[in-house]
Amino acid sequence: MVLVMDFFISNKKLLGWISVLSVGAALIFAGTQTYPATGLFFNFFTIDFFAQFFRLLALTAVGLTILASFAFKKIPVSLHGEFYFLLLGFGVLLTVMGAATNLLMIFLAVESVSMTSYVLTGIQKFNKQSAEASLKYLLFGAVSSASMLFGMSLLFGATQSIDLLAIGSAFQSANSGMHAIGLVGLLFMLVGLGFKISIVPFHMWAPDVYQGAPTPVTALLTVAPKALGFAVIIRVLFYAFPHLASHWGNLLAVLSILTMTVGNIIAITQADIKRMLAYSSIAQAGYVLAGLAVPGVLGLRAVLIYLLAYLFTNLGAFFTVIAVERETDSNEVDAYDGLAQRNPFLALSMAVFLLSLAGIPPLAGFVGKVFIFMAVLKADAIVLAIAIALNSAVAAYYYFRIIRAMYLRTNKTVTPIQNPLSLQLTLITTFVFVLLIGIFPSHVIHLIEKALTQFPVF
Amino acid sequence: MPILSSLIFLPVAGMIIILCLHKDNRRLIQTIATMITGIQFVLSVYLLFRFDAQATGLQFVEHFSWIPQMNVFYHLGIDGINLPMVFVSGLLGFLACIASFGIKERLKEYFALYLLLQTGIMGTFLSIDLFLFYIFWEIVLVPMYFLIGIWGGPRKEYAAIKFFLYTLAGSLFMLLGILALYLTSSSHTFDIMDLAKQSFPLQFQQIVFLALFFGFAIKVPIFPFHTWLPDAHVEAPTPISVILAGVLLKMGTYGFYRISYPILPEAAVWFGPAMGILAVIGIVYGGFVAFAQKDFKSMVAYSSVSHMGFILLGLSAFTLAGFQGGMMQMVTHGLITGALFLLVGVLYDRAHIRDLDGFGGLFAKMTVYGGFLIFISLASLGLPGLAGFVSEFMILMGSFPVHPWMTGFSCLGILLAACYLLYMIQRVLLGKLNPKWENLPDMNAREIFTLVPLMILILLIGIYPKVALHFMTTGITNLLNIMGVQA
Repeated sequence: MVLVMDFFISNKKLLGWISVLSVGAALIFAGTQTYPATGLFFNFFTIDFFAQFFRLLALTAVGLTILASFAFKKIPVSLHGEFYFLLLGFGVLLTVMGAATNLLMIFLAVESVSMTSYVLTGIQKFNKQSAEASLKYLLFGAVSSASMLFGMSLLFGATQSIDLLAIGSAFQSANSGMHAIGLVGLLFMLVGLGFKISIVPFHMWAPDVYQGAPTPVTALLTVAPKALGFAVIIRVLFYAFPHLASHWGNLLAVLSILTMTVGNIIAITQADIKRMLAYSSIAQAGYVLAGLAVPGVLGLRAVLIYLLAYLFTNLGAFFTVIAVERETDSNEVDAYDGLAQRNPFLALSMAVFLLSLAGIPPLAGFVGKVFIFMAVLKADAIVLAIAIALNSAVAAYYYFRIIRAMYLRTNKTVTPIQNPLSLQLTLITTFVFVLLIGIFPSHVIHLIEKALTQFPVF
Repeated sequence: MPILSSLIFLPVAGMIIILCLHKDNRRLIQTIATMITGIQFVLSVYLLFRFDAQATGLQFVEHFSWIPQMNVFYHLGIDGINLPMVFVSGLLGFLACIASFGIKERLKEYFALYLLLQTGIMGTFLSIDLFLFYIFWEIVLVPMYFLIGIWGGPRKEYAAIKFFLYTLAGSLFMLLGILALYLTSSSHTFDIMDLAKQSFPLQFQQIVFLALFFGFAIKVPIFPFHTWLPDAHVEAPTPISVILAGVLLKMGTYGFYRISYPILPEAAVWFGPAMGILAVIGIVYGGFVAFAQKDFKSMVAYSSVSHMGFILLGLSAFTLAGFQGGMMQMVTHGLITGALFLLVGVLYDRAHIRDLDGFGGLFAKMTVYGGFLIFISLASLGLPGLAGFVSEFMILMGSFPVHPWMTGFSCLGILLAACYLLYMIQRVLLGKLNPKWENLPDMNAREIFTLVPLMILILLIGIYPKVALHFMTTGITNLLNIMGVQA
């Protein structure tokens, strides 16, 4: 892991570029590593392809976010050093989260990621909205952590072990009373983790936090901790509770339908684009959850593909928000009126991101959705499949509200919007990836199949 | 040269060139778009001549692996079922592009999107792989949304999103159906030809048929899924209405011919009577509603609902004549309604209203226009000797032995067509000249150029139907064989 942080450089811009480069180097390093799955530090971590996949994901998200935040003007320059440091630290903690296979490590990783998130959300110290969001986040987060911890203590009490695989094998040979304790423990853990990935009914904090946080942080929060939260849930469910698969499968199916429906329906009425995208990201978590609701390799593959596609798409969408916010100082959907005239590329890329979120081919989001559909249909979960289909149609309505504003409406101000190089770079990167994953998905599928090769599925 | 890929991706190349040009370069943008669609048209004519009408199976095949993990192939091919539609798409794509010269605002975006639309259309008709088919099918939606939404009439935003959401909802169910086929097929394949060789249990067939039916029925549109159509048509700019009526609606019926029928034959037979009933309702209902319209364009739009019903009637018959008639109607309705929308556009460009009662006596002022309008209307109402008669007669002939009552009721649709079209002619062309239109100029050379080819083809097919039938027969016989139905 590369982490170079220099507090003595006065040129904050330079500092930012160094951060980006260090993440880039870490990415290359992480991308080229290959070794068999190994447990480290008494099996507190497991370094396998699964962890590696999520490490790539987290580092990509952090790197792109740092690059995009150069253009974000609302964070005081004096705080830039701390901001980049926090983001880099966040990246490290996220990679730890992806590798944790032990209850204690999971708790520590999830907690420290959450702590960093609270601080990042509140980094605009003098902005009331930002501070309120941060506090709200902290309070909700504390409750959920307590719940998770309680669940963990039950599991430890029942199995005398904090290692996920050991817990799994202990349950395998346990009697039905133990199973009941296991189920309760799992439920409490799911409540805790459900907060982190903002699934309904544990989503209340998300819109306020996503709206109040500085936009680059929102971009990161909607993708990285969410993806890693899923990584942890996957490890917990498949390592420790494979024998209860039918139970948690049904539960997650219900939660999935709830999450996507609530997220999409509330998103329709939002006037603030960050809030709209916040609800959209809740709904997206619902689709991902559908892949977990049908336990199996197909479902897992779908989840990973969806998360990767969603990473680039959602980051891209928020980067566009940064660009527009820079110019208009507004996040209302109306601020997007006539964007196609003011900056054609910005409008085009935003349209592509939104279409990808809506699951229109040949874009990344479509590939993810196809795999989710496939996993769900393979498990004969017809109701779930129909729910996703209907939700996708509903979601298209509000995504198209933004497209309508950009292309169908005109704006009184027609001054072109200029993007700084760094932001333009992030937009182009995400744009290209959304198209590439959509048109040539075979490489991504290959990567993900590799990520799952060392995974003990049933 | 991979001719089918060129047909599909030439417009993408054109789109990229246009996007790189400056938006004030109007002449050049128009020229490039016209050239690209022109080449597309020439290629589609070339295919007609090189196509071996006797051979069974696909021709001009292009077959590459695309997503090996999912068994998805880039598989294109031509047979008697898609060749006619490729030709109609090429022709209307070219003519509507010329008709688009009237577009004045945001030219660059218009032609870029128009070319993307052409890509989607050609791709949909040429794909033999279901995954590929779905992708092109959806690609059509996006430019269409913008083309209606940006260049449309007063209620364009509503019409555009309504069109988009309706078709998206339908196609999502279609996607579920496609994936169900893929997962159930013995070899996990998306290939339509392979899937047609396999047999599925009846109950599974029925579910999948229904899922696909939603996707196709909304596109056709079959009653009661038609409500997006009048809105979209009325608001869309003229050339887009032409493409919408002439080509896009046929994608729905083409789906039945290409996918539902060969892959799910037993379910198709099972649903046959229900489809027949929906067809008759569509024919009669569309006719009555068209009769009641005051707006020229929505009259033509509802007449489309009625005429598309005939295709469905032919499809529900499971006879050679019925299938051929349906296929034929896809071609003739494309030509006739395309021409009708062009004519509506000609009038609208001059008068800026479409209210049928607002005109009158125009024949005296616009002789050429009047002649054209009468010719096309007669073709549309099924005058023997013109194309519309051939296809509708074949459909009725094919369906009569199977559904005598339904066929009888459908004849009411032909009668109604005569009513609303002649009534329209009376209100627009005959009677006293409305003094407001004293100085209306007659059609210009460009407008005449867009209509004459359509009229020639309508007359040619009307007099000598074999020019068109000849391409279809083998494909249709083949389809009937696959379905195991006695022709």
